[in-house]
Formats: sequence, structure tokens, C-alpha cells
Amino acid sequence: MNENHTIEAQRENPGIFSGLAATTKRDLLLAWKRPGDVLNPLFFFAMVCTLFPLAVGPSAEQLEFSGPGVLWVAALLATLLSLNSLFISDFEDGSLDQFLVSPQPLPVLVLGKTLAHWLTSGLPLVFVSPILAITYRMPLSVVGVMMLTLALGTISLSLLGSIGAALTVGLHRGTALLSLLILPLAMPIMILGANAVSLAASNDIYSTGIWALGAYAIASLSLAPYATAAALRISNE
Amino acid sequence: MTHKLSADNLTLIRGERCLFQGLSFALESGGLLILEGRNGCGKTSLIRAIAGMLTLEEGTVFWDDVPVDDQRQTFHGDLVWLAHRTGLKGDLTLVENLGFERSLRAHSSRDPEEVYERLGIARLKKLVLRSLSAGQQRRVSLARMLLADVPLWFMDEPFTNLDREGRALVMELVEEHCAKGGMCVMAAHQDVEIAAPTTRVKIQ
Repeated sequence: MNENHTIEAQRENPGIFSGLAATTKRDLLLAWKRPGDVLNPLFFFAMVCTLFPLAVGPSAEQLEFSGPGVLWVAALLATLLSLNSLFISDFEDGSLDQFLVSPQPLPVLVLGKTLAHWLTSGLPLVFVSPILAITYRMPLSVVGVMMLTLALGTISLSLLGSIGAALTVGLHRGTALLSLLILPLAMPIMILGANAVSLAASNDIYSTGIWALGAYAIASLSLAPYATAAALRISNE
Repeated sequence: MTHKLSADNLTLIRGERCLFQGLSFALESGGLLILEGRNGCGKTSLIRAIAGMLTLEEGTVFWDDVPVDDQRQTFHGDLVWLAHRTGLKGDLTLVENLGFERSLRAHSSRDPEEVYERLGIARLKKLVLRSLSAGQQRRVSLARMLLADVPLWFMDEPFTNLDREGRALVMELVEEHCAKGGMCVMAAHQDVEIAAPTTRVKIQ
């Protein structure tokens, strides 16, 4: 060991983009090492979407009519399912303590984690949805609209969900409470998304829904990290 | 550059219980602050409160005579936290874990290999942390602390899970750190004898 080593007076900490990238990278690496956590919600999504026609009957009209709604409900529930584990392991192994005393701003670290969550839960849903949409006899032009609404919607869901996950992280069995907290905020996303897809399917003007979802995503992106950071500080006391 | 950590009139109430009241101390560069008391007396709450993780009912903690609430990032850039829950990921290897920490904090001028060697974890570098023993994981969190290269160390029960040799090593590291002008806040239920200017705070 270097005996002459002294504590440096002035050190420059890495910038916030380094912190953001590092947190995202770490969570993606963890997801890679535990693929089950990523595949579970995806499997749930696919199951709900394939079981539904079996229960209500395979008539073409009915499938076309209910397709957007079923896909969106399933996507919402699958995202809720994956949100539970967002902060739990960090809370249990003390990583959250390290985040709280990190020189990086907490909202930045939270945003990094949420970004990784979206990349491992929301984005796969977007890419799997066309396969399921085709089984609902959705025309290809509408599939594009649906993917866009799902992409924008799951961004908002991940961000809003992170607030709920942060509030319930210290509670045992906070699952039900998390869903209860998030549903009122998530409902408009689902309604807008499913509606836009239905409108597109009936050749109507659907762009309003897309803009509204985009606005919702931007609002969540700018506000949710701060709310989540504040919630984490309270939960970890 | 010398630093100063001081606290004025700290009061913390958890539920209906008052854990401590009117607690004050001052710690200069090179000093060691030991928080003592039996189990469940609020040592951990106190050390968490000083580090800024708990909201105090009353009182202020100062870093270089500026309230830490006004300069949270500077304060947190100058401290490193070591506790029973190590904050390391069991699914990642030692190098991956410490690499993450390095992206959040300034790089130290210490050679990581030397630090690993000294802590006896050099040959564990490629293993995932889950496969290490509790004591070995503790040594990894010590490595993170050394590599962070900051003046202020917070250690909550640093001797847990360590063997006799490991405990001696922790004391040696703290001594060295204080001798170099660093400072250390430690919560411990055992008698700790470290050759550094020591302030003791007993919690009833």
C-alpha cells in the first residue's frame, strides 16, 4: 500500500450523465443475470392476450372489437406486476442507502433505474405486441399505431409506477397498495392508448390520443424522478 | 485541507420514544468519533441522522461550518457509508460492483490491486458476490470505502462478520486514515481501542 497516499483536497466527481448511464447499465446487467424477472411480466402479457379469445369466442368481429382494449389492459397489468421489484432488492441489500449518500443527485439515479426498468419491461411488451395483435386480426397499419401508443404509455407507466414502488418499498406486502396508488394515475394512459388504437382501426382521427400520451410521458419524465426520490428518502428513514 | 464535522443540539424521536436529545459534538480532521451504547439504543439512528439519511426533530449537522442540508451533494461527495447491509449486488462480481461505484464518485489515486491484496480479496475478483462469505463481502465493502478516497468515513458496526484478523485490519485502516487527516464516525457496541484522537458519545 502506498504509504504516502494523501486524501486529495479537491476531487471532481463524475457528471450526472455518468451516474445515469452507470445506474442504467448496472440494472440492465442485473436483469441479464436474472432473465426470469424480465420474462415473467412478458409471459403474463402473452398469456392474458392468448387466453382472452378462448374465453369469449373466436368470432372475427368480436376479436377486432376487443383487441385494442385487451392488449392495453394486459400491458398495464404486466407493467404493474414488474414494478414491485423496482426498489425492493436495493432496499434489502443496502444499495438504497448508498444511493442516498451518493454525490450524484438522487433523481438522476432514480431516472437511471426507471430507464432500465422501461428497457426491460416496457420495450419488450412493445415488440411482442404485434404478434399478439395479428391474432386479433388487427391490420398492419393499426399495429404501428398500437406500438407507438404502447411505447409512449409504458414510459409513463414506468415513471409513475416508480413513485408508487418508492412509497411502498419499506412495507411488507406492499403489492396491493402499489396497484391502488398507481391505478388512478395509470387509468388515463390506458384509456387514451386503447381509444387511439380503436379509432385507428375504424379509420378515424387518432392523433389526439398520441399527442396526449406524448404529453403525459413528458410530464411524467420531468416530474416523476423528483417525486420518486422524495418518496425513497421517506421510505428509507 | 482540514475539515470539520459538528452537530448542535440533535434530537431524534422515533414513534413515542425519544432516542436522544440535545446531543452536540465536534470532530476535526484526524479525529475519530465513536457512538456507544447497548443494542437498540439508537446508535444506528444517530449515525444515519448525521449522514443525512434520517430527518432530525431538532438540531443541525454542520460540515465545514455549513449546514449539511444546504450542501448535501458536497457533503455526500466527501463521505462514504459502510454498514451491515453492504449495498453490493450479489449477482455481480467484485469488479462489476466496484466499477459501478467508480462511475458515481471521483476516482482515487490508490491502486485497486494493492487494496484488494491488502484486504485479502484479490483472488475473489472474478466471483459473484453471492458466493462469498459474509466476512469476505464485508472486506469488499471495505475496499469500496478505501477506493472512494474521501475524508469522512461512516461505519455502522464495522466489526460484524469479521474474524480477529479482519477486526485488527479495520482498526489499522481507521488509524491510518485518521493519521492522514481523515476522520471517522463509528457506531460500535464493542469496546474499540484505536490510536487516534477519540471522542466518545454515549447514548443512554
